Formats: sequence, C-alpha cells, structure tokens
Amino acid sequence: MEKFIKLDGLVVPLDRANVDTDAIIPKQFLKSIKRTGFGPNAFDEWRYMDQGEPGMDNSRRMKNPNFVLNQDRYQGASILLARQNFGCGSSREHAPWALQDFGFRAILGESFADIFFNNCFKNGLLPIELPKAEMDALFGLTEHAPGFRLTVDLVAQVVVRPDGHAIPFQIDAFRKECLLNGWDDIGLTLRHAEKIREFEAQRRLTQPWLFA
Amino acid sequence: MSKTLYDKLWENHVVHAEADGTTLLYIDRHLVHEVTSPQAFEGLKLAGRKPWRVSSIVATADHNTPTSHWERGIEDPISRQQVETLDDNIREVGALAYFPFKDKRQGIVHVIGPENGATLPGMTVVCGDSHTSTHGAFACLAHGIGTSEVEHVLATQCLLQKKSKSMLIRIEGKVDAGVTAKDLVLALIGKIGTAGGTGYAIEFAGSAIRGLSMEGRMTVCNMAIEAGARVGFVAVDETTIAYLKGRNFAPKGDDWDKAVAHWRTLVSDADATFDAVVDLDARQVVPQVTWGTSPEMVAGIDACVPAPEDFKDPVKREGVERALQYMGLTPRMPVNQIKIDKVFIGSCTNSRIEDLRAAAVVAKGRHVAANVKLALVVPGSGLVKEQAEAEGLDKIFIAAGFEWRQPGCSMCLAMNDDRLSPGERCASTSNRNFEGRQGAGGRTHLVSPAMAAAAAIAGRFVDVREIL
Repeated sequence: MEKFIKLDGLVVPLDRANVDTDAIIPKQFLKSIKRTGFGPNAFDEWRYMDQGEPGMDNSRRMKNPNFVLNQDRYQGASILLARQNFGCGSSREHAPWALQDFGFRAILGESFADIFFNNCFKNGLLPIELPKAEMDALFGLTEHAPGFRLTVDLVAQVVVRPDGHAIPFQIDAFRKECLLNGWDDIGLTLRHAEKIREFEAQRRLTQPWLFA
Repeated sequence: MSKTLYDKLWENHVVHAEADGTTLLYIDRHLVHEVTSPQAFEGLKLAGRKPWRVSSIVATADHNTPTSHWERGIEDPISRQQVETLDDNIREVGALAYFPFKDKRQGIVHVIGPENGATLPGMTVVCGDSHTSTHGAFACLAHGIGTSEVEHVLATQCLLQKKSKSMLIRIEGKVDAGVTAKDLVLALIGKIGTAGGTGYAIEFAGSAIRGLSMEGRMTVCNMAIEAGARVGFVAVDETTIAYLKGRNFAPKGDDWDKAVAHWRTLVSDADATFDAVVDLDARQVVPQVTWGTSPEMVAGIDACVPAPEDFKDPVKREGVERALQYMGLTPRMPVNQIKIDKVFIGSCTNSRIEDLRAAAVVAKGRHVAANVKLALVVPGSGLVKEQAEAEGLDKIFIAAGFEWRQPGCSMCLAMNDDRLSPGERCASTSNRNFEGRQGAGGRTHLVSPAMAAAAAIAGRFVDVREIL
C-alpha cells in the first residue's frame, strides 16, 4: 500500500449528500477482474453525456460540462470535499479504487458510510470526518477562490487552510500507523498466526458443528 | 455484568485486540461470489499465500448470471470471464460448497447460505457484499466487506474490526394483513434515515420482529445496511431453531442438541443497556413506497410525494429537488397516482419462498396491466424455484402475465441483461433506489412483493390491503 504522510493538493467540492458507491462507480465496470483502471469511469453517469460501457474509449466521450469534476479549474484535484453519508450503499471496493485511480488521495466529508470508510484505508486513501461548520466554510472557500488548496498532515492530524486555520481530525492509532508506513494488513495479522491457530483449535473443541 | 447479544457475539470471536481497540475477529463463514473476489484471489496468489481454512468458504455465481436462456450460457464475454474466474479459483483452492452457474442449488449468495444451513447462529459471517447483514436474522455477526478484506479473511481467517456502538430497535405491535417485513424496515429507514445506523450494530427486537418468519427477519436484517448499519441481527428463538433443523450443513444428532443449547444463549440479557434505542409502532405502518433516490425517501401508499420546501436543511432540500427531477415526479402528487413501466420481484431482500407466495396471492386470477412492459419474477435460488414450482406458483405468475425466470441478483443491480431503460419506472422488491441502480436513467420505487404484484396488476401503485 502507498504511504500517506502529508498531502498538499487542489480541492474539488462535491456538494451533495448520500453519494452512493453505485454513483462513484456504476455496476457495469465491476465486471473487471483487475484492481486498476477504474479512474476514467469514476462518477460515470454524472461525468459523461452518454451511457458508459466497459471497453469504451473514454477520451472520445462527451463530458457533462455541468458536473463539477469536469470544470477546468478543478483539473488535477487530489482532495475531494463531500457532505453527509458519502460512500453509502454497496461494499464495492471498486469505489475507492476508482477515486484513487482518478487522482484523489484524501476525502474530507461531514460523514462517511462504514464499509466505504474502511475500504479507503486499505488503499492509502484517507477519509477525514470534519464538523459541518468546517465543511461549510471549506465549500465556500473552494467555490470563491480558484486554485484553492489544502494541506493534509497525517502526522499532526490536521487539515491546514491557506490562511493558516488548522482543523484537527481524529483517526484510529492503528490505521494511522498503517497509512504512515504503507503497511499491509495481512502481514500484520499473520504476526498473530499462532494466536489464531490456538483460538481455532479451542473453537473446534467447543463448537465442532462450526467446522463441519 | 449484563450483556447485549452484540457483546456476546463479539466476545465470542476476539482473537487479539490492539491498544486502540482494533480487534482481530475470527471468521466462521466466508461467502464468496464472482464480483468482489477475483482481485482477492489474485492478491493471495501474488503474495504466495494459501487460504487459511477452505472449509469456511461457500461460493456461488449470482451477480452476473443471466436469468433466461441458460442453454446459451453467459453471452456477455466480460461477465463470462468473471464467472469463469470464480470457477477457476474455487477449483484451485477448494470450498465447503460451491454452487456454480446452472447448478440446482445456485442462487443469490444471501439466499443459499441460510437455506443450506451454512449460516448458523453465533457465527461471524462475511462476504464481499454489503447485504451480508441478511444473515444477522440467525443471530450472526454478519459483515459486508471490501475486496481487500476478502483477501484478508482468505489469508488469515480473521477480520480487523473496531467494536461499534449498539442500537436496539424495538418494533412492537401486530401489523395489518398486507403489511410486511419490507414495509417495517422501509418505515424504519424513513424514520432514522440512511445514516441513522452508521457506527452502530443494530439488534431488531419487539413483538413485530418475533412474529416474523425467518424469511421476514432476513428481509429486515438485509436492509440494516440501508439504514447505515453494517450489521443488524435478531436474537435466537424457536422460529430460528425450527428453520434450521434438518438443513444440509446444520448440525445433526448430539451436535444438534449441543448447538441448540448454545444458540439459546444468543439473546440480550434482560437488563442489558444499549447506546441508542429506537421504537417503532408496527400498528402505524402502512404499505411503503419509496419516491426518491435514497431508501429514506419513502412514504406510505396513502401519502403524497413531498415538496422540496418541506425540508429546512439546504443540502437535504437540494437532494429532494434533484431526486424528484430524476424520478420525474411532481411535488404533492399522491403516491397511488404513480404509474409504472416494469416490475421486478426478486433480490436478496425479497426472493424467498414466502415472498413469492405473497406476490402470487395477489397475482392469482388477475393480469398484469397493459401499460406494464415487463413483470419479472426471479427466485432467489434454484431451491426456491423448485419449491415455488412444486406449489404451482410459477403457473399463477405466468397466467397473470409475469415472466418466470432463473435465479440470480438480476435487476436489483442490473449487471446482467435485466435492466431498466432510461426514464423507465419500476416497482421493485430490491433494496436500493439509487440513480441508475437498475439501469442508467432508470427510476426505482422500492416496495414489498405483495405491493409489487399489486402495482403490476393495476399499472400504478395501489394499496394491497384493498385487494387482499
């Protein structure tokens, strides 16, 4: 997994609540058996005027000029602003894969759906929950200041605005360590392989029907 | 100290806990399907790892499989490759059970687990699918997981989790005839919102829940995720035990008695406390119809579609405005004036035998309205289909103008050919009314199987209680 330590990036606002993972990456692209290449189809139904299908040359498709991600001023953004319940619905990890492949490294939102939130950490994509008042201010600043950037400092656990205003955020200590070091969960868990074997052996004795 | 059912299920599976509470939970059952597993099997192979315990795996192909013309196989080459990749992976690593495409017991992963007795009380159940919460109906801790976690469970038999807060949802009272588990859970989501359960593990309790069959409880737990909760469950009672007896992978003989004794402990202690409690009066619940693009945008059949100005919060108001525009509805329009183009009866929410029976009661001796272009009935599994046919339900549906299909996820998420065209409006027994969920530009209204059948007959939404 790619490390996440500190990010300075251009910000794009997606000002709607309940953005679901079907919207982030529509189902027809889930037929892929790869982890990569989902970026061109992130938000496909909102981003393009036609209906997207796997295998299309996305560079030739007509883009929806009204969709915020298509606007010139936001090209190259790596920080996404979101509202409540971002990433709700399907557990598809293709959603964080698509966002990351698109170029995002951090998502700042009022709240996130549990499974999506969790999936982000497995891919070095940092979801940050911030109070509504701070998010309202960030949406306002992003809209009014072309080229608006933010710094996300994971070590210090702050999002810093260009005016110096620092917004603290919470993150589990374990997840923070994993992101800072780019650690792979499986490798970490397998350090406890002996404990897992002991637990399993005990369980097999007391509840043998679970091992039929 | 008194414990909730959640405490008991959690404590029963803790292998190791980090200082910040991040916990390694042991996983008893791993359900696998074709869409969210290929990258996990590939990752495992690339790292030179082997699955920890293949006897925990139950696999099937369901999302991509066609529901008609099985003799032609899977015509879409990309879908076919994904299903064949699952075939190859399971052939290579093994499984407790694999129900491939066309197998008699193939079906939706959340239907086949319980019906084969592969879902047992007290288990931790995971699957790369958010509707894994369905299995909570059996007092399981059942999590939907992402593909990285599928790989993690394959490699370690554990899931990294932090304990959620606990929420008790008490649904008391007896419902009217024609009001179903689906209406209860939709009304609940309307009340607490799609993020109402975020960060919580939900226990569904109360006399209305106790009064539900296992099929009904599965419908309720299935949609816990639509209320934002990754897990939702119901305590064990006689209904649970009676359902499991004699099923394929359920314990037999002495093991059965020991298992039942253990299962009976899987209830919250009488004086257990919860972080949040929500009450819903089942007697007040009427058949529900969603009108928007989020499951919380729901109203009773006797109500009207709201207007954006009813909502004070600007983000919510804009959301309602956008939803009404997408759905092609006018504010204040009565729900029973909404005409439909298609009907879908199926999905992991509502494709079990009881669901098909409820729809068949309405369809019997009637006919699908002229304005309805397609009315699909997609059983949840080969076994459900077989049972329905033994009861003659297929004949009732066909005589009424419905199409009787092969099992699979079908038009719930439209990964196969069953889908809506842009602008088409569907009465659907599935779980999500998101934009484009059933096909780009399609308009989904979530309802119960009885309400879907009634809408098919009338060509618009009607109160099924007036038909029964």
